[in-house]
Amino acid sequence: MSELRFEDVTVRYGHYTAVDQVSLTVPAGQIVGLVGESGSGKSTLARAAVGLVPLDAGRILLDGEPVPTRGRRRPLQMVFQDPYSSLDPRMTIGESISEAMAPGGSRAERRAEVGRLLELVHLDPARAGARPSELSGGQRQRVALARALGGRPSVVVADEITSALDVSIQGAVLNLVRELQRELGLSMLFISHNLAVVRYVATHVAVMHQGRIVEQGPTAQVLAEPDHDYTRALLAAVPGKRSL
Amino acid sequence: MRRLMGVLRTPLGLTATVLSLGVLVLAVVAPILWTDDAEAVDTSNILAPPSSEHWAGTDNLGRDILYRTLVATRLSVELALAATLIAVTVGLLLGTAAFVLGRRPGRLVGAGINIAVAFPGILLALFFAVIFGVGATGAVLAIGLAGAPAFGRLTQTLVASVAARDYVAAASVAGVGRLRSLFRHVLPNISEPLVVNATISAGGALLAFAGLSFLGLGVQQPQYDWGRLLFDGISSLYVNPWAALAPGIAVIIAGLAFNLFGESVAKAFGVGVVGGIPELPSVAAHLDDVAPVEDAGHAPEDVVLDVRDLRVTFPGPNGPIRPVRGVSFAVRRGEAIGVVGESGSGKSLTALAISRLVDDSGRVEADRLELLGSDLRAADTKAQRQLLGTSLAMVFQDPMTSFNPTQRMGGQLAESARHHQGLSRKDALARAVDRLRAVRISDPETRAHQYPHEFSGGMRQRAMIGMGLMGSPALIVADEPTTALDVTVQQQVLDLLADIRAADDVALLLISHDVSVVGEVCDRVLVMYAGRIVEDLPAAGLESAARHPYTRALVAAVPDMATDIDQPLAVIPGRPVDPSDVPAGCAYAARCPLASARCRAEDPPLVTEPDGSRVACWHAGEPIAIEIRDRELDHELEEVEAS
Repeated sequence: MSELRFEDVTVRYGHYTAVDQVSLTVPAGQIVGLVGESGSGKSTLARAAVGLVPLDAGRILLDGEPVPTRGRRRPLQMVFQDPYSSLDPRMTIGESISEAMAPGGSRAERRAEVGRLLELVHLDPARAGARPSELSGGQRQRVALARALGGRPSVVVADEITSALDVSIQGAVLNLVRELQRELGLSMLFISHNLAVVRYVATHVAVMHQGRIVEQGPTAQVLAEPDHDYTRALLAAVPGKRSL
Repeated sequence: MRRLMGVLRTPLGLTATVLSLGVLVLAVVAPILWTDDAEAVDTSNILAPPSSEHWAGTDNLGRDILYRTLVATRLSVELALAATLIAVTVGLLLGTAAFVLGRRPGRLVGAGINIAVAFPGILLALFFAVIFGVGATGAVLAIGLAGAPAFGRLTQTLVASVAARDYVAAASVAGVGRLRSLFRHVLPNISEPLVVNATISAGGALLAFAGLSFLGLGVQQPQYDWGRLLFDGISSLYVNPWAALAPGIAVIIAGLAFNLFGESVAKAFGVGVVGGIPELPSVAAHLDDVAPVEDAGHAPEDVVLDVRDLRVTFPGPNGPIRPVRGVSFAVRRGEAIGVVGESGSGKSLTALAISRLVDDSGRVEADRLELLGSDLRAADTKAQRQLLGTSLAMVFQDPMTSFNPTQRMGGQLAESARHHQGLSRKDALARAVDRLRAVRISDPETRAHQYPHEFSGGMRQRAMIGMGLMGSPALIVADEPTTALDVTVQQQVLDLLADIRAADDVALLLISHDVSVVGEVCDRVLVMYAGRIVEDLPAAGLESAARHPYTRALVAAVPDMATDIDQPLAVIPGRPVDPSDVPAGCAYAARCPLASARCRAEDPPLVTEPDGSRVACWHAGEPIAIEIRDRELDHELEEVEAS
């Protein structure tokens, strides 16, 4: 279990400030939901955390130490939105998962570890030789989760991992996220535009708007007594909430 | 390998392959067999015309032209391949530099490539020939380096397209270095177009070489390639034309062989598709097991759209595929009907079939398909296009691709009014501005003069609705109109649709995968599964009165603001039915907790209940034990065993 802390993080693309002095803490062993509309900077923040986007200011700390973004050991792993583009179509799913695992170990040991990871996400280990094209969207997203877990991360960043999936599959992936978090004691930054989904998985929620965090706190509290106008607008927009 | 065999099956591919192999074999064996013949000087027989002894005559030292041409194959091909190798290597280094070095140095290299590409290749080759000196080595370097920028540019573009993919980012997050990632992820996924282009450019290099040698900048005496022979032969063109024609023909044949071979391989690989295409499953469709559909029996007066037994069929690799299998419903004036279902349920195709937008390969059939009483199955006449153009509005999922990016918004809206309503340019534009105002776009006069990219996603979607309102539509068909939008914007668009409906008594057919959206906006909901309607019920009854197990599962699977967060979410096990492989019996049986032997054998008909709702299930309304366990694993194990 580890704590992930963003301290005054700023990311600019040219003159455009995508993330503006964001401070956010993901407590050890908790899921923090990050909501906001497209362009609010939430995906940029996620990509900055795993080193895909350089910071212009601020720090991202894991248990007080800067997050390593070079070298093989990566305690911070990410699951991407689109399971159709996040797996290399030329590689078997076993190879994809194995790539994220720490180097070393015999062939048999690595195969056993891949099997264990696949079982963890409720996929049949015998399918390690399958290619992504043979799997459904939900199954691919499970593989992507298994790959993230292969790096034995202490924190996982999940960027809109259910928004490309059919609603019927979304439920299974959300159940899996909660189960994994409980079993492995993961800390997790769970990004979504869907408040109902965030409410279901996250204990804390942060609302992002125009590059800034405008509100954060325990999920129940923020959703029951929103302080910021934008949070209220988001809440009002949840479909199915108002009945005609 | 299978695709390479495909190359051989086309006549052009077979010819090109045989020619290329022939040239390569000749390049190997000709110098071994005929070097002595080609270099035998016969001063008594110089510049002789073709004869039985010398089929293509002799040159100014009495050497046999035909033998010399054949023997020159090796040097010509060798030099062309060497130049191609240089072009490909340098091109690969340049093209992948941006990926390996990172953003800033990469941009510099990219700019360098762009400048180099702008120079004509032959100019570069001449320039290098001057630097490296006249001779074979200089020419190889010159042609190789001249070809490098083009290849580098291609590589750079391909690498950029793959590098933007999430799996490359995922590898980076996993700690895989850039160089390793390049070899593991990027290059394998772009190898096909690169190999094909290298093959084609080998043909180009061969021609370029002949050109340089012909200009006297390439191979020098006593070595000879085809260009050099051409150079020597041209001086005696009037004495023995074959001295120039023979090497000329050789150049043409070899160049054509390489080029055509490359083209054929390109066609077989379907180059342009990076990453390969998933194959269609090879199971025949069952087309004749569609259960008879009961007549819904609506009063015809206020019916805007009447659809009876709609079927859409596409040709498939193993017989026709029918993604819509007998859909019947009616939409009354001012009514809002939602269509829900998973991807592949046929809901979007149903909408396209109504708007006559199914592409030409698909066949649309129906017992009745009427919009405002006129038959939409009739031939595509002007009157019918007029009816569709003014009475039916279509709103698509992605508003960015629904507009022409090079035309102003106002003009695009006005176009339909000028076309269908015969308005003048000025009147049409005025109406467009009015309609933009109607869909609550602020400052519509200014906005009408802007281009689609200057509109935000939500504004574009509203403009799309405005475009539908240019006529006086009786029906708006909206296919996932809010899926690409943010939740807050989604709400605005849904509100707008509701207001338009209320104001003008317009009927709405809203297609969505999101039960909660449909439940909020619509009066009635049609639930589609595997190309059929499985339930038709009032939207208010989605939560409580749904009788089909699929409808109940869909509703339960979506978390809302009241979901018990201590319980796992309900899940629908398994995956949707593939339209090319619809099972016998009820299509949902494999995923259904209530399924019995009868469900697997007989497809339940869509039965109208006394209250007007319809349901197709042998076990409609029976209680379901709450599904808690994740059954996907078990289901997959069954699949594996079955396959």
